[in-house]
Amino acid sequence: MRSFTYSRAGSAAEAVGRAAAGTAFVAGGTNLLDLMKADVLRPEGLVDISRLPLDRIEETAEGGLRLGALARNADTAYDERVQTRYPMLSKAILAGASAQLRNMATNGGNLLQRTRCYYFYDTATPCNKRQPGSGCGAIGGVNRIHAILGASDQCIAVHPSDLCVALAALEAVVRVTGPDGERSIPFAELHRLPGDRPEIDTVLRPGDLVTAIDLPARGFAEHSTYLKIRDRASYAFALVSVAAGLEMDGDTVRDARLALGGVAHKPWRDPEAEAALIGKPATPDRFRAAARVLLRDAKGHEHNSFKIELAERAIVRALTEAAERKGASRP
Amino acid sequence: MIAIPSIPGFLTEPNGPIGKPVSRVDGRKKVTGNAHYAAEFTLPDLAHGCIVSSAIARGRITRIDTAAALALPGVIHVFTHENRPSLAWFDRKWKDDDAPKGAPFRPLYDAEIHHALQPVALVVADSFELARYAARLVHIEYEAAPHQTDLRANRANSFTPGKDKGGFQPPPKPRGDPEQAFLASPVRVDAEFTQAAEYHNPMEMHATTVLHHDDGTLTVHDKTQGVQNCHTYICNVFGLAKSAVRVMSPFVGGAFGSGLRPQHQLFMAMLAATQLKRSIRVELSRPQMFSFGHRPETIQRVALGADRDGTLRALIHEAVQESSRNENYVEIVVNWSGQQYACDNVRLDYTLSRLDVHTPLDQRAPGAATGVPALEIAMDELACKLGMDPLDLRLKNYAETDPNTGNPFSSKELRACFRHGAERFGWAKRSPAPRSMRDGRELIGWGMAAGVWDAMQGQAAAKAVLGVDGKLVVSSATADIGTGTYTVMTQIAADVLGLPIEEVTFCLGDSSLPAAPVEGGSWTVSTVGSAVKAVCDRVRSQLIALAGKLENSPLKGVAEEDMVFADSHLIVRNDRSRRLSITEVMRGSGTLSIEEEARALPYLLARARHTFATHSAVFVEVRVDEDLGTVRVARVVSAIAAGRIINPKTARSQIQGAVVWGIGMGLEEEAFTDHRLGRVMNHDYAEYHVPVNADVPEIDVLFVEEHDDMVNALGAKGVGEIGIVGVPAAIANAIHHATGVRVRDFPITLDKVLAGLR
Ligand SMILES: Cc1cc2nc3c(=O)[nH]c(=O)nc-3n(C[C@H](O)[C@H](O)[C@H](O)COP(=O)(O)OP(=O)(O)OC[C@H]3O[C@@H](n4cnc5c(N)ncnc54)[C@H](O)[C@@H]3O)c2cc1C
Ligand code: SF4
Repeated sequence: MRSFTYSRAGSAAEAVGRAAAGTAFVAGGTNLLDLMKADVLRPEGLVDISRLPLDRIEETAEGGLRLGALARNADTAYDERVQTRYPMLSKAILAGASAQLRNMATNGGNLLQRTRCYYFYDTATPCNKRQPGSGCGAIGGVNRIHAILGASDQCIAVHPSDLCVALAALEAVVRVTGPDGERSIPFAELHRLPGDRPEIDTVLRPGDLVTAIDLPARGFAEHSTYLKIRDRASYAFALVSVAAGLEMDGDTVRDARLALGGVAHKPWRDPEAEAALIGKPATPDRFRAAARVLLRDAKGHEHNSFKIELAERAIVRALTEAAERKGASRP
Repeated sequence: MIAIPSIPGFLTEPNGPIGKPVSRVDGRKKVTGNAHYAAEFTLPDLAHGCIVSSAIARGRITRIDTAAALALPGVIHVFTHENRPSLAWFDRKWKDDDAPKGAPFRPLYDAEIHHALQPVALVVADSFELARYAARLVHIEYEAAPHQTDLRANRANSFTPGKDKGGFQPPPKPRGDPEQAFLASPVRVDAEFTQAAEYHNPMEMHATTVLHHDDGTLTVHDKTQGVQNCHTYICNVFGLAKSAVRVMSPFVGGAFGSGLRPQHQLFMAMLAATQLKRSIRVELSRPQMFSFGHRPETIQRVALGADRDGTLRALIHEAVQESSRNENYVEIVVNWSGQQYACDNVRLDYTLSRLDVHTPLDQRAPGAATGVPALEIAMDELACKLGMDPLDLRLKNYAETDPNTGNPFSSKELRACFRHGAERFGWAKRSPAPRSMRDGRELIGWGMAAGVWDAMQGQAAAKAVLGVDGKLVVSSATADIGTGTYTVMTQIAADVLGLPIEEVTFCLGDSSLPAAPVEGGSWTVSTVGSAVKAVCDRVRSQLIALAGKLENSPLKGVAEEDMVFADSHLIVRNDRSRRLSITEVMRGSGTLSIEEEARALPYLLARARHTFATHSAVFVEVRVDEDLGTVRVARVVSAIAAGRIINPKTARSQIQGAVVWGIGMGLEEEAFTDHRLGRVMNHDYAEYHVPVNADVPEIDVLFVEEHDDMVNALGAKGVGEIGIVGVPAAIANAIHHATGVRVRDFPITLDKVLAGLR
């Protein structure tokens, strides 16, 4: 870890004002501090935002919920309203990290956590995301946990969050305040694909502070699930995860949301795959067909090709569970 | 039969502490934070060291620029190969008790890089934070040379090692005509097995704090399994008088073999302390825990031939393992296969391939945890081919004597393990066909395997001091790496002298105490326990002699064997009203304290003519999601035969912990090396997976009765390692039973199961 300055922001405006180049906001610190210890991130200054009053969970005028950026992951997952109206979100959060981490981690920090790519973490190795132009260690290297969709020849990292996969499926909106004022970013547009700028994870600009995440009214509470597949039963990042939400009309799918985690640089959604479900009977064959649409461009590497088939199976399983499930699925 | 010295007094009292589930005597200290570990000792002017690790796997350092680091106020010094003092010259001086044949690695020796993460500099500063920061500023340039780290690519370049390490036995010569017998067998299995490299990763990272005293002497708090091993090493390497240094390690936060050899943080801390004449602490980071010793990657072939009734006709077991270029790390991988089953035609081969890696290092049940699972999976495959119950196949080929040597076992209750384990598990209810048991989307599989480990004994000494107040202090320079040594030694001493547990204190982890070897190989109860018993026997004899001499003694003329010790009293066995308290005896005879020292040796004659081993039978239920390939261990029964169990509570903890690790070996643990970089990439707890609570089911541990009066004076064999041995195979066999998918490549991650389920 390198020396840095530290200051605590008294208000959101103050935080934005202090966010000069080379500084970083610190919320729960569970990702940022690890990366600083590993010498991956070297901010010259930290602006502590953890005490800003952005930790509430409130109703929105549109009938949804506003999750404060500084609400803790655990408090969000166990919020009564989240559990009953957005069970897939609660389940997704609780599938992530450990109880201790979820108690520290904030919603805003979770959105902006960095990839767990081994090379990103090891400064003795090449990584375009950490050091643009140094090459991608994972391509041709150890890539069991890497992307099968939307990757580039510069970077095949995945976004590691569980929470984000559910937020993508729910079409949440990210509220930001920055040097240019306030704006709202549809969730699908927050994270970007690596392309030839893998060092940039999101569309946020320097000094942008996430203030809240808005959940729309529709929570797919009756027919939804979050399925996470990993190398051990807990405390491991997703190899593949699926957030699935259906609206059912008898046995027919009226509307569908499907997002995948662990497969791409961002939570992966595909309107064509969802369209392949809508108006169709809820059968495993239909689910499989939709999965194949979603995975049509999937490409594996030496150690992660299994994810393609695993993702297909996971989608079928998640959709089957969501279709069967009636009522909130409490984790 | 060999005559065994009689065991005076021992276990004569049914209420004695031996065999009781005594809670850890150090438990309170541990849970209240009063047990102090190597990195927790301090002095006011303590300096802090941070190690810089090599960025390349092989080559040489062409330039080191320390100016930026040294420019920071508070940075004291940066040690590199360029400015280190001259140290011991001969390899011999760098050897330690666990060193294999070869030239031990010397930190900061020269510009050469031999393996990834090799320590290349030590930054010393006033604070830990500063040392760590400055370490980032040390600029090093390298000239890389080609390296080889891939065992699969280098397996052909292997050689047959000799007796290259203490405790290692090369495989026995082939017996019979294994190739011919194999070809002639009507039922055959021939398969390749692989096992990933694993890192020990104890919770407590390796650390050393050297306290530099005003008189120039040093107290070294080190994380180690052998204080005297480290003591000798640093005295030799730094040319110090034995009396000038004392190595302490009273508490160790897990080690599993990683503390058997002096590690480089000890060297670094000593280097800085002796050069700077200052107290210093050096602690490795978690990634640096991947910079030394590991369980080596292994590729094996097992070929079994049998008659249709299951009689084994041929057994071939070959293994190739990685070692470093500088040392021949060897472990017994294949020999067990010649010992476990009766078979007339056997060939066992063991070879090493040199790679550009640091020397591997013993890890819980080294060799057995690698080799026995391969054999035990092959046995399961054979049972499937024969249409035989896997348990019946093992009973059919049960080795009554050791087929490798022809010698009898000192004791072997493996059959009882099979019987009791199977009963507890409900094995009889197993439906034999794979994929024949399910619960919704989960396929259920039941698998079993046998395990074996040596019951070794070394030499150790112990000292006992009994005070007139009836308090006893016993000491020996052994270690307690979390195994329960403090507790078990306390029990043995208390038992011999009939004292309450609370009146006995056992001291360990101090190089100035009577000699004891490194704690490893499951031999500490046997080795140090025998010394503790021997020294307490001497105290006991003294007390009896003193008691007989007292005026009006009710114990006058009573022979030693007619005396029992209980409740801090000397008591006549057949007339318990005739008794004197220890305090009465000592006061009466004007004795303030009794001090004794004794040394215990293994029964060498018995050992020459018998095989000494612990055995186990492991039964596992797994649940496999048939769509997703995820595996969950639902139930484990482990039946253990290990002689007398001194403390069923700490022994059970050992077995349970080993089973947990067996689950890790079976399903999760794997160091991923990028062979282009020659570097392990998943070097942290987030990506190097070990089991978490959610992975661990109920673990049912049974200790079967096993009497052994040859193994040592305690009749106890040690339980530190046997618990892991059968587990990976039992899991693999259960997965096959659940799914019909046979995976021979550990760890069995879900992708390997999925590939078979397609
Ligand atoms: C061992 C381990 C296992 C884990 N497992 C999982 C898992 O399985 N699933 C999962 O989803 N996550 C997992 N996590 C990640 C964890 O969820 C994140 O570390 C956490 O959510 C980050 O939140 P934080 O508040 O601590 O963020 P910080 O570490 O404080 O910040 C993270 C980043 O976000 C920025 N930031 C934070 N808040 C804001 C804001 N309001 N506006 C703008 N920028 C902001 C910071 O500048 C920083 O760049 C794991 C973490 C660890 C260490
Ligand atoms: S995948 Fe991305 S993060 Fe990983 S090494 Fe390549 S560039 Fe770096």
